[in-house]
Amino acid sequence: MRLITAVIKPHRLDDVKTALQTFGVQGLTVTEASGFGRQHGHTEVYRGAEYRVDLVPKIRLEVVVDDDDAADVMSIITKAAHTGKIGDGKVWSVPVETIIRVRTGERGPDAL
Amino acid sequence: MNAAALPTQLAAPAELSAGDTAWLLVATAMVLLMTPGLALFYGGMVRAKSVLNMIMMSFSAIAVVSLVWFAFGWSLAFGDDLGGGLIGDFGQVFLHGMKPDSLTGTVPSLVFMAFQLTFAIITVALISGAIADRTKFRGWLVFCAVWVALVYVPIAHWVWGPNGWIREELGALDFAGGLVVEINSGAAGLAVALVLGPRLGFKRDPMRPHNLPLVMLGAGLLWFGWFGFNAGSALGANGLAAQSLVNTQAAACTALLGWIMVERKRDGHATTFGAASGAVAGLVAITPSCGLVDMPGAMAIGLAAGVLCSYAVGWKHKFGYDDSLDVVGVHFVGGVVGTVLIGVFAWDAVTPAGERGLLHGGGLGLLGKQIAAVLVTAAFSFAATYVIAKVIDRTIGFRASADDEMRGLDLAVHAETAYDLGSVGAASHLSSAAKAHPGPSPARAEPADRIDADED
Repeated sequence: MRLITAVIKPHRLDDVKTALQTFGVQGLTVTEASGFGRQHGHTEVYRGAEYRVDLVPKIRLEVVVDDDDAADVMSIITKAAHTGKIGDGKVWSVPVETIIRVRTGERGPDAL
Repeated sequence: MNAAALPTQLAAPAELSAGDTAWLLVATAMVLLMTPGLALFYGGMVRAKSVLNMIMMSFSAIAVVSLVWFAFGWSLAFGDDLGGGLIGDFGQVFLHGMKPDSLTGTVPSLVFMAFQLTFAIITVALISGAIADRTKFRGWLVFCAVWVALVYVPIAHWVWGPNGWIREELGALDFAGGLVVEINSGAAGLAVALVLGPRLGFKRDPMRPHNLPLVMLGAGLLWFGWFGFNAGSALGANGLAAQSLVNTQAAACTALLGWIMVERKRDGHATTFGAASGAVAGLVAITPSCGLVDMPGAMAIGLAAGVLCSYAVGWKHKFGYDDSLDVVGVHFVGGVVGTVLIGVFAWDAVTPAGERGLLHGGGLGLLGKQIAAVLVTAAFSFAATYVIAKVIDRTIGFRASADDEMRGLDLAVHAETAYDLGSVGAASHLSSAAKAHPGPSPARAEPADRIDADED
């Protein structure tokens, strides 16, 4: 199993979620996050005073999948989150040792 | 008001007018609402960690100033002159001698006293904007009481009280409070901001307004109340009140547009915050002049204030004083614009003794008097406030501890926080439900199952 984490633009979330559901992903977790990459931030002006906002709002999306599906899921996320403009985000994956479904106690791929 | 109507009314005892009384009762309530409005206006501008403290400074000013006013403030401001037009006497301490049938002009003296009270309240509350996020609450309460007694009361007497020297000797005009309210609070705000010093992280950390809808709501309430403030200052339900109301609207509108036009050109965008600030700047500037100029004059005064104040709010960054919410940039500068321009636009159809400004052929005389009144008021307010603030700071303390300031005054001073928006946290409904039903139980297992089933 692999944990795939994506940090994407908030307005791309719906497309990413739909694409993953179409593919058959059974569940995912979404967190509101802040961060910066090459996009850096933006400037806001209040009564003429400029405020540099370095950390911009992002969505952090996490999904655990079978090893076989990992590459597909990553490319689905990449495609659905893509706008071509700076700040589209990142997708990465790490191996997951074990996983338990809290309600039933099932372990491993059965718990996905 | 006051400047226009009071002396003649005092000289000639009149009958009670039900219409005038009804209007002034309503106007009093409207002006009182401006202070909670100001609390929201200011509250939205500060950071989320000290919004309650900001609001609390306005609300506590209502209570402290009212009691001081009833006890002796009213008597010293509007009681019989002790000599030289400097201060009133103690004859009406605790409203002594004021009965329901005592009249001031055509209205009960009690109504006039209450109307004046609401002006004193908001003047004190305005100052709090200069010292946001860092003021010791105990120090603020003491400041409210001492400042209204030693600074507001004398200036109110000079400008509006019986024999007040700025009106009678100097001959300067102030219809609804450019000197007494706006310049006074602005100069005092600068003084307290200098005594307390800047907020921790001033000019380094982002300190953007945390809730602009709150700012807009506050600005709306101020705008509404300002009709009572300005048109009420005619002290009657009459044509002068109508002229004041129309002029008030004209100035607010040109100022709003003037401010956002500057923003669009200078910063690239017209902002809601700029619209609110512009409207308030126009309302400030028309306060002294609303019952003394014609409508085109009001439009010009508003526009001048909107444009000038939009630049003046940047001075604090240039010179390094932390007038946090721009009491100087909006109230002092707007007040000066409106008070001085009376000397240009005063219109003899409405001025009390037919005074005329430069534009109506009155020459430079009135302009000089207006400038002199501005200088005297600003100098006295600044100096007296500086001394009061220093004494409070040296004795009971006026500046919150660095620790409290960093945690936020809401929690440190009031043991409250303004917002509970997340589902996880000490005060959330989820965690209190968990406390009410500790551990797993059949009653809890059921809905949890349903949630899971939805997800699967």
